Amino acid sequence: MNTTISAGPAGLASPHLRDPAWVSRVFWTSVALVLLAPMLVLTEFKPWTLFEPATLKSTKRFLADFFPPKIDMEFLLLVARECWRTVAIATAGMALALLIAIPLTLLSTSALSISALPGRMHAIPLIIRQAVRWLLIMLRSVPELVWALVFVRVVGLGPTAGVLAIALTYGGMLGKVYGEILESDESHATNTLLRNGAGRLQAFFYGLLPQSSAELTSYTVYRWECAIRSSAVLGFVGAGGLGQQMDNSMKMFQGGEVATMLIVFMLLVGLADYASSRLRRALA
Amino acid sequence: MRISIAGLAARHHAAAAGAPAALKPLTITVAPGEQVAVIGPSGAGKTTLLHALACALRPVAGTLELNGIDPWKLSVARLQKLRGQLFLAPQTPPLPPRQRVITSVLAARLPRQSLAASLRSLVYPTHINEAEAALARFDLANKLWDRVDRLSGGERQRVGLARALVSSASLWLVDEPLSSLDPSRAAQAIESLTQSARECGATLITTLHQVDVATRFARVIGLRDGELHFDLPSREVTRERLTALYAQHEHELLAVAPVPDAPDNGAPDDKTPAAMYCR
Repeated sequence: MNTTISAGPAGLASPHLRDPAWVSRVFWTSVALVLLAPMLVLTEFKPWTLFEPATLKSTKRFLADFFPPKIDMEFLLLVARECWRTVAIATAGMALALLIAIPLTLLSTSALSISALPGRMHAIPLIIRQAVRWLLIMLRSVPELVWALVFVRVVGLGPTAGVLAIALTYGGMLGKVYGEILESDESHATNTLLRNGAGRLQAFFYGLLPQSSAELTSYTVYRWECAIRSSAVLGFVGAGGLGQQMDNSMKMFQGGEVATMLIVFMLLVGLADYASSRLRRALA
Repeated sequence: MRISIAGLAARHHAAAAGAPAALKPLTITVAPGEQVAVIGPSGAGKTTLLHALACALRPVAGTLELNGIDPWKLSVARLQKLRGQLFLAPQTPPLPPRQRVITSVLAARLPRQSLAASLRSLVYPTHINEAEAALARFDLANKLWDRVDRLSGGERQRVGLARALVSSASLWLVDEPLSSLDPSRAAQAIESLTQSARECGATLITTLHQVDVATRFARVIGLRDGELHFDLPSREVTRERLTALYAQHEHELLAVAPVPDAPDNGAPDDKTPAAMYCR
């Protein structure tokens, strides 16, 4: 009795008391390590360079620049305005993204297929749904930074480029994930409505939407939070907002200004996070 | 609605290709306005029969005719229109938890409403009287404005039945309507259901586990292992016939005590925030 309990993983115990998962666990851990090693080489992962004297010195110089943060009234007003612009870019971008995502989701989700009710979906609806899915994948696979660079060329420097970039990438992302949420959720109510003769959109509004509204809203709010962070990054390529100011200040070695903006930005993200968690709790 | 099936066999579309059909070739006719109870041990093919009649399953063999029309020869759009004539009430009430009872009941009106009218009814419910009257039949009029997830299991099941009254269907296919009701509630619910079906002139086909309730229907069909065991007027359904139908499944015949109507079965759980998807 005692020996079976104290036997190690390799086990001296009788065969049926050995953990059958042990071998495969060791195997997959080794595979993961073997695959990871070349990646570390490829990415020149050498964390110790961070602590070499030369690096430490330049880090110190850069950080020292940040202190003290610039807090005169005029500058703070400017930061507040740019902050507001960042939020506005994110929100307008999200609104446009929803305009793209909602119709494409409704087109692509198989949860609303009538022909799939008694078994397999018919060919034509299947092709249409697949095509819409590919369109969504295409939209989201181009990073918003690339879209922003494209739109800065087309519509010039400023927030419009940022709004359009967020709209396209996030439209694709929202459309894809909305589709996944709708298909992974309990389909009993929707299916029953379709089986009893309701139309697709009727079944959506009376079955699918009430079933998944909380998840859909929570994901949308989370994406809005991401859009705020992303619109700050887009500023660096000239798409307006806080990022553009930060880029300017960095180029002019105004560490104090950068520090202020970073602090304000952290507060902004914290606020968005708080708002979204409150909203999610309200939806529970 | 007149139903006639000839040699109809069906299996669930997710079943393995080689698996035997849950419903073996079956031939019956049901006249308009007739009320039929389908009984039999678990796995007898009762639900499969209902799904085949509801055009929710495509038969693997044989023919189905509803009012003389073979639904599977219709286009998808025409078939969907025909489905508006059929009302299938699954055993688990198909009610989204966040929805209000009124909306859930009015959802049965969708097939005869335009999309615009359906959306308008979401803004401010139309046909409140109709929903209230249907719920009153099942003693639920006071739950009209409650959310579905505030109801107990038994109440949800009765809301699912009240839907039938609001639909304009001429064939009601009800799967195990009493599975989570206590005996007195069950008697009342089956009474309301059969009486409403008579008033609406609808044909009613109900699968049942409670044999004593089934004998209140004029006609009883016994299924076993996907095959027709008997199809008789209820007065001819004798104890011997039932014993033969439920042979080796006697516990289902004897243990008719249904799950009691748990009062707070469906009460909302703790306020956990909605899941956040980070993709």
